[in-house]
Amino acid sequence: MSDLNTQLVEKYRNNFLQEVKDNVEEGDWVKMCMQCGVCSGSCPMGPYWDHPPQEIFMMIRANKREEVLSSNSMWMCTSCYNCIARCPRELPITHIMHGLAHYAKRLGLAPKNQPTIKFSQLFWDNLMKKGRVNELKLGLSLYFMNGFAEGVKKAWKMKDIGLGMTLTRRLNPLEILGGHGVKDQTGFQNMIKKAQELEAARIESSVKK
Amino acid sequence: MATKEYSFYPGCSSQKGASSSNYLISVETLCEELDIKLNTIPDWNCCSASIGYSGGGELPRLALSARNIALSEQHHGGQDIVATCAACWLATREAAERLDENADLMAETNEALKEVGLKLEKNETKIRHMTEVLIEDFGYDELGKHVKKPLEGMKIAGYVGCQTNRPFGIAGESFENPKYLDKLVETLGAEPVEKYDKKVSCCGGALAFSEPDKSQALVKDIIEAAYDGGAEMIVTPCPVCQMNVEVYQDQINATYGTKFKMPVVYYSTLMSVAYGRNAKESALDGQIIKAKKLEEIAAK
Ligand code: SF4
Ligand code: SF4
Repeated sequence: MSDLNTQLVEKYRNNFLQEVKDNVEEGDWVKMCMQCGVCSGSCPMGPYWDHPPQEIFMMIRANKREEVLSSNSMWMCTSCYNCIARCPRELPITHIMHGLAHYAKRLGLAPKNQPTIKFSQLFWDNLMKKGRVNELKLGLSLYFMNGFAEGVKKAWKMKDIGLGMTLTRRLNPLEILGGHGVKDQTGFQNMIKKAQELEAARIESSVKK
Repeated sequence: MATKEYSFYPGCSSQKGASSSNYLISVETLCEELDIKLNTIPDWNCCSASIGYSGGGELPRLALSARNIALSEQHHGGQDIVATCAACWLATREAAERLDENADLMAETNEALKEVGLKLEKNETKIRHMTEVLIEDFGYDELGKHVKKPLEGMKIAGYVGCQTNRPFGIAGESFENPKYLDKLVETLGAEPVEKYDKKVSCCGGALAFSEPDKSQALVKDIIEAAYDGGAEMIVTPCPVCQMNVEVYQDQINATYGTKFKMPVVYYSTLMSVAYGRNAKESALDGQIIKAKKLEEIAAK
């Protein structure tokens, strides 16, 4: 667990709701939840969530910090926006889920070996390389994310799809050599670095407030 | 009508040799027919879709979209941004709105943008999906006037999906039962599946990659409901929907003992064929499950 995490626990000891408000994307909305359950009932992966959104919001109020941040629940969100469209209190639930997921990952509390965490990270890393996503490399790293043997098995299972995509020119094997990217690489990388620094500084300063 | 110009955000999946390159080809054909000029945003970057959040915090993700919007302001001032991908559209429009509402985030975003010599000046650019442009700037009557080969005798399920529908959608349409795809299908001379109960159900989105079994269970229901409604084809406005519903059908058949072989096409492919363009221009060669009826019509 990170030092930052320990500091945050100290600072917000009995007020996880405040911590979420200060540090999580759209977190200031959580207090608006009236526990009606509409979001949980609307979730396409609902049966697989340990704690569907409504419960997560309740747990935040109940100070269940560890349980929330180490949960695999937020990582079940498909970004379908059903919840947002239906929530009578207009909570941006999808974004809060993404925000909590990111915050958990940042603090080193997110569960290990959860497939969507890995995929989401692979996607971000892939996009960061050149400013645009290289689907072939993303796909390959996805198959091999759990090691070589399993990767070969998965790639084999997917081979017909890959072949179909290649034959219809929707997957280009030459992408492995490089592929599409942003021309202003230096600027692009500096911009992201700057944004990351500003964001990290904001969270660190919340400890000192 | 005079040429209509838009600032175009193509997105990663539509690039040459990428999973929805066929979408872009049919959109380009469509734009020729309707006299639309798409001006690609110079040196655009990925929007991080709805899945980059593990590594990407709020601010870096906002910076991604802000860079695209700022480039559009600079090079195509006054033009609306148009995206063909639902996730691109959403991420960009949401970023613009978030920045509009939050002055602190806007200030930080602009600080990051300094690194690329840009500034989000007005942040007044409208960010739209291609289907919005078709329906709002043209309208069904106008779209119908271009039909040269009505898609007669075809029954098509309009699968709207999630992100072209929520949280923004098309003005005047409901989230739970939007009818614009059905109206479009009708405009092209085909018959829409009435009461297609899975029309706005989720296909699993990006979780098709990380949670394939769970996602394929969702896709199975979407295809089954189309068959139940008598559809011979599914049409969709979203590249994620298109890919998820089309390419895993063999795996779904193997898991569930179903016999699915349902073509899934973009509205732009459907329109290009109805507008009399050939199979290649309509990107029918991009179908993994061949849309035979459309191929026949296109060959006529
Ligand atoms: S739908 Fe909205 S108000 Fe109801 S439980 Fe979910 S977040 Fe809370
Ligand atoms: S957007 Fe996420 S949290 Fe909301 S209903 Fe869809 S999957 Fe559930």
